[in-house]
Amino acid sequence: MGMTITEKIMAKSSGKKRVEPGESIWLNVDVLMTHDVCGPPTIEIWKREFGDKAKIWDKDKLVIFPDHYIFTKNPQANRNVNILREFASEYNVPNYYDVGTDRYKGVCHIALAEEGYNLPGTVLFGTDSHTCTSGAFGMFSTGVGNTDAAFILGTGKIWEKVPESLKFIFEGNMPEYLTAKDLILMILGDITTDGGTYKALEFDGEAIFSMQMDERMTLTNMAIEAGAMNGIIKADEITEKYVRERTDKPYEIFESDPDAKYRETYRYQVNKIEPLVAKPHSPDNRDTVRNVAGRKLTKCYIGSCTGGKLTDFYNAAKIIFGNEVKVPTFVVPGSTYVARQLEVETINGITLKEIFEKAGCVVAQSSCAACLGGPVDTVGRATDGEVVISTTNRNFPGRMGSKKSEVYLASPLTVAASAITGFITDPREFL
Amino acid sequence: MEKIIKGRAFVLGDNIDTDQIIPAEHLVYSLSDPEEAKNYGRFALSGVPLNQSGLPKGGIPFVEENQYLTKYQIIIGGSNFGCGSSREHAPFALQVAGAKAIVAESYARIFYRNCVDGGFVVPYETLEKLNDKIETGDQLELDLNENILRNLSKNETYKLRPLGDILPIIEAGNIFEYARQNNMI
Ligand code: SF4
Repeated sequence: MGMTITEKIMAKSSGKKRVEPGESIWLNVDVLMTHDVCGPPTIEIWKREFGDKAKIWDKDKLVIFPDHYIFTKNPQANRNVNILREFASEYNVPNYYDVGTDRYKGVCHIALAEEGYNLPGTVLFGTDSHTCTSGAFGMFSTGVGNTDAAFILGTGKIWEKVPESLKFIFEGNMPEYLTAKDLILMILGDITTDGGTYKALEFDGEAIFSMQMDERMTLTNMAIEAGAMNGIIKADEITEKYVRERTDKPYEIFESDPDAKYRETYRYQVNKIEPLVAKPHSPDNRDTVRNVAGRKLTKCYIGSCTGGKLTDFYNAAKIIFGNEVKVPTFVVPGSTYVARQLEVETINGITLKEIFEKAGCVVAQSSCAACLGGPVDTVGRATDGEVVISTTNRNFPGRMGSKKSEVYLASPLTVAASAITGFITDPREFL
Repeated sequence: MEKIIKGRAFVLGDNIDTDQIIPAEHLVYSLSDPEEAKNYGRFALSGVPLNQSGLPKGGIPFVEENQYLTKYQIIIGGSNFGCGSSREHAPFALQVAGAKAIVAESYARIFYRNCVDGGFVVPYETLEKLNDKIETGDQLELDLNENILRNLSKNETYKLRPLGDILPIIEAGNIFEYARQNNMI
């Protein structure tokens, strides 16, 4: 019996020839990532448990990005960043990307890719549920709590249960009106928010391999919305080119055997999928944009690790070009690199940033911002009674700041079309 | 560790997410200062809508107002217990309130790991749906040797899925104790 890509990477990392779904194994971790919300308690547990002997297992493998609650006056939030700062200087952590300096990178999951930490065949853990994003690079990546992260910090090891895999094959060429976001909303509607629990979601098919890395990351990012352990896409030439432009560290490419075992295989023809939304209050509450078109909005939001990447803004700018937004619209680059690219990439000779600004959008600093609500002074935060359409990944009650708001999740094309009408709008009207 | 956990049942529905277990607004308290950390017990499960809290009747808070400890030691859940964020404050809050174990059809992965590795509560999976059989307040006995749950109030016994590979970590207390006992750290 063959193995899946996830099983092969886990076998390699645990020093075994083969592993079986359901088996618990100890993995050797290649990278541990943490941020300002979960970093401080992780450090506290690490100090408590390892005492005077507390030693970072491998400084080069620890990566810390402040990104969640950083542009705020909130004292507890600022205290957290200070704890990271002091820790990084006390222990000489080389990969600390401090806010307020030119090392600042933005949202952790995007920065991991851009800074060359995502390497095919490796194992990455992070103190954030969306750590599964890195799986777009043909690697195993998943989120853990603070205790597990503290354990990794001291030992470089962690146990994990080998997941069963579900396979999602997308056939055909992506139509102009569809994005990776629509594909993952399709899956979530089909398998629901616990359909992937303790499982690996493997994405395959020509539509997937025609995508650039940042679109692929939208799929793996939202694997956790199905409760999955990881999402994964095997590395190809596009992956290798992206990685080689950023690092010369070694990596190894794995792929699933033809006779690998899947719990279930789902097949989709992309030209049969329409632009989709997730209605309030769950990412699996799928509907077509057509069915909810006309819903009056109070705010539009383009940002986060899901929907704040360069391709997302390029797609949005295509539609917004030459128009004005009818409701407050926030453009929040997922990383400082993306923010710089907004001033470089053009459509008809006009930079994306200018396109957004001329249309009346607020272009904010890169961070998690209102994706998870955040302190009251967070840019783009939802308030009571608002109806928001957003490119983010979660719309549980209160997620963007108010339990009394309604959040629709959609692709950047759909959000852009909705921004210029003020109502939920099918992007096909503008393409 | 205790091999027989006795206590009263507190019954909940499906998809109890970490915001219901401990609402985000309460995450400000210190986890290490015991006096301050008592607040996690006070607000444990306070995000569950009251009519869904303490089934089948509902309307029963897990921890009574201005109290820090619960009267219920064993939580009976449905499917996808602990979904949502990776916050470790969730299983911690249940422990601080005095809960010892959860018995649910299925768990969200990160919550489940946090329960075990932090040594907060014992998460058992059921082979059958139990949150429509057990009532809040029933006197229960959870037997870790036999992997069964006895309902003394109803004179029923339910089979549970053996804890399997995580049992040694639970027996040791948490992942650090486990690693020390096995000379890993
Ligand atoms: S952008 Fe949103 S989903 Fe992504 S890491 Fe930040 S808070 Fe989490």
